[in-house]
Amino acid sequence: MKKELGIFILLIVLCIVVSIINPNFLLAINLQNLARQIGAFGIFSIGLGLVIITGGIELSVGSMMALLGVLLSMMLTQWDYPVAVAVLACIGLAMVLSLGHGLLITRLNMQPFIVTLCGLLFYRGAARFISNDETKGFGTVAGLDFLRYLANDNLFGVLPMPFVLLLIIAAITWVVLHRSVYGRYLFATGRNPEAARYAGIDTKNIVTLTYVISGALTAISGIIFAFYTNSVSPANHGNAYELYGIAAAVLGGCSLRGGEGSVVGIIIGTALLQVLRNLVNLLGIPSSLDFAVMGAVILIGVMADQIFTDRRNRRQVALMREMSAGEVQSN
Amino acid sequence: MNNIPLLEMEGIGKRFPGVVALDQVNLSVGAGEIVALIGENGAGKSTLMRILGGAIARNDGTIKVEGKPVEINSPREASALGIEFIHQELSVLDNLDVAANIFLRREPTKGGFLKLIDRGRIYREADVFVKKLGLDISSRTLLSRLSIAQQQLVEIARALSAGARMIIMDEPTSSLTLTETRRLLEIVRDLKSHNVSVIYISHRLHEVEEIADRAVVLRDGRNAGELARSEINRQSMVRMMVGRDLKDLFKGAAPEGQSAANGRDGSAGAGFEVRRLRTLRYPKHTVSFSVAHGEVLGFAGLVGAGRSEIARAIFGVEGSLEMDVTLDGKQLRVKVPQDAITQGIYLIPEDRRLCGLIVDFNVRENISLPNLESYSSAKIINYGKETKAALEACKAINIKTPTPEMRAANLSGGNQQKVVLAKWLTFSPKVLIFDEPTRGIDVGAKAEIYQLIRNLAANGVSVIVISSEMEEVLGISDRIAVMHEGRLTGILQRSQFSEEAVMRLATGTEG
Repeated sequence: MKKELGIFILLIVLCIVVSIINPNFLLAINLQNLARQIGAFGIFSIGLGLVIITGGIELSVGSMMALLGVLLSMMLTQWDYPVAVAVLACIGLAMVLSLGHGLLITRLNMQPFIVTLCGLLFYRGAARFISNDETKGFGTVAGLDFLRYLANDNLFGVLPMPFVLLLIIAAITWVVLHRSVYGRYLFATGRNPEAARYAGIDTKNIVTLTYVISGALTAISGIIFAFYTNSVSPANHGNAYELYGIAAAVLGGCSLRGGEGSVVGIIIGTALLQVLRNLVNLLGIPSSLDFAVMGAVILIGVMADQIFTDRRNRRQVALMREMSAGEVQSN
Repeated sequence: MNNIPLLEMEGIGKRFPGVVALDQVNLSVGAGEIVALIGENGAGKSTLMRILGGAIARNDGTIKVEGKPVEINSPREASALGIEFIHQELSVLDNLDVAANIFLRREPTKGGFLKLIDRGRIYREADVFVKKLGLDISSRTLLSRLSIAQQQLVEIARALSAGARMIIMDEPTSSLTLTETRRLLEIVRDLKSHNVSVIYISHRLHEVEEIADRAVVLRDGRNAGELARSEINRQSMVRMMVGRDLKDLFKGAAPEGQSAANGRDGSAGAGFEVRRLRTLRYPKHTVSFSVAHGEVLGFAGLVGAGRSEIARAIFGVEGSLEMDVTLDGKQLRVKVPQDAITQGIYLIPEDRRLCGLIVDFNVRENISLPNLESYSSAKIINYGKETKAALEACKAINIKTPTPEMRAANLSGGNQQKVVLAKWLTFSPKVLIFDEPTRGIDVGAKAEIYQLIRNLAANGVSVIVISSEMEEVLGISDRIAVMHEGRLTGILQRSQFSEEAVMRLATGTEG
């Protein structure tokens, strides 16, 4: 809980500073835009966070979005699939591909980094090949109103739909991660897979299932992004999005060692990243510095957290030593 | 030999949180002398040697080398004094070759500031040491291609090349075959003839009989006595190692005759039976045994005898080549731990912190982990139920923690072990396997664990206790199965119990 609080304070301070320097930050249109971005990035970041809690990693997110985006466009505009079928096919394909990742990792003991790195390369290539490396869009095809509404409209004219979707998905995953049996098993597996196995947990299935969930969330985000940008350039679409997700999860308190993290933290981490991108715009920082600013803030955030954690641990160890010293003397 | 010993350790004391590991321990070693350091597990041998090797700091006492007081704060400083440590667990790098291992951190260099490794010299000099130890290999061989015994000789070569005047060997033969052991003992004698001293730690008393000039016996962190060359024999060593009043540890824990075991053994098929078990580690040996309801079957043997492998195979965490398990006459299939758990077979593993617990989880989360479904409805955990079960478990077996929300890492070893046990007591166990149940646990908590084990047996549970502590297996068991290098060398009835009998079977020395 403390971890989330620290990063939340950082987020608030950042927002205050930006709005003082440039009050445009607080304009409804800016805030809505920001919320839309947070929604679209947050959904897949939650999935990535879950994978990170298993002690794994998922690098293929961005490429997978490009592949799904291209396929979605082709299904809807070229092959005339019904909307519902196309959407389900996208989500289904993402889940099947991620199931493959999970199985390779748990059954063949391959390293998550390698498996998903290959995914990153493979899906990008597949997207470009299938589309003949041409940018795909949705043109003026009818019947896509609902998907456009999901990506671009606001609920009650106020709340951007991607943000609303994020809140719904976050609520569900919060319950699953922090209140359900699966969530507990996930933390146990991520923290100490050996002990989890000795407790009778089917750790392989837990990990595999987590990749599948991540795939489904990636697909949902991917559909939103496709309709938000309204055109999918197979070579660039979703480039480096996995890194946004990893950064958000780590900022939000997920440990790459596994077994640590929370849904709330991941969302705050995502929000922080998007505020940073927004800040670069509003403060007139050259947009070429975009990534440099993000890199610096993530580094400082994670460093501060590490320093605090170490200090807390040292204090605890010192306390235990004092206690045991007293015990020895009384013996 | 001159009058000043090479090494004198005087009045060494070491306290760990809650335990006095060493109390006023003395040890002296002359130049070219082979001193055996013996004692039971937990007697303080390793602690004393880790102090000498610079791995941990002492609280009291002085260390003198050739009469001069020294401070040893790191393995590097020990090495500078000519003291080298050969650990039980080999510490070679098996991705590097023999020469690289021998000269690690002391590589001969050339090329000035470039510090290039002088490849010509390193292999030439390494070959000399390799030959000296009678190893028939090139110093360019990768360590991963050598046998354990050969790797150990490389470690000795490393010690010699560092200019060792004294080599500490901790259970050097525990994973060697008989011929390899012979060879090693010869090398130890050879070291002596080159005026290198050896501190030899071993449980294998016949090795001590064979090579030691003197035996120093530790017991419960104190000097229990010393035996000169002429006095060293098995009886005198065992007497000195054991002679203790820890017997009252088992007061109330001692089994009440053999009635419980034998009475029910008569009804054929009742209880837990394992037949034709072949583990991956010892594929050539099959092991069969049975445990009646209410019986405690001890498993004795040296470290590495294959007892833990049996436990892990039965529990399904490790595969087996062949296994036939029946419980009350019913054949069981155990492929994964879940299978064992649903059948009422549970394991309290050897490595508590790695396998038994998730130390970053709190007590409640640890206790509920295997039984989480029963505290949940529709897969959502009911915190009230979970907390209640944890509180009840804490109370039932007296887990000392202010709250079930305490991180398991903060508990003492004994209480951690009780948490591991509590996990399984929320079910109703039929078979419980304890692997080294009291390792690293203080005496008070030990007595409690013994009491718990006896209570479980009294309630009809079939209990298996794997233990390397002699008085523990003798004190807690109704029968003792003894293993030696993967073979079940014998099962002792209570009337046959003695340290001698167990040791004989455990070391595989007949008669």
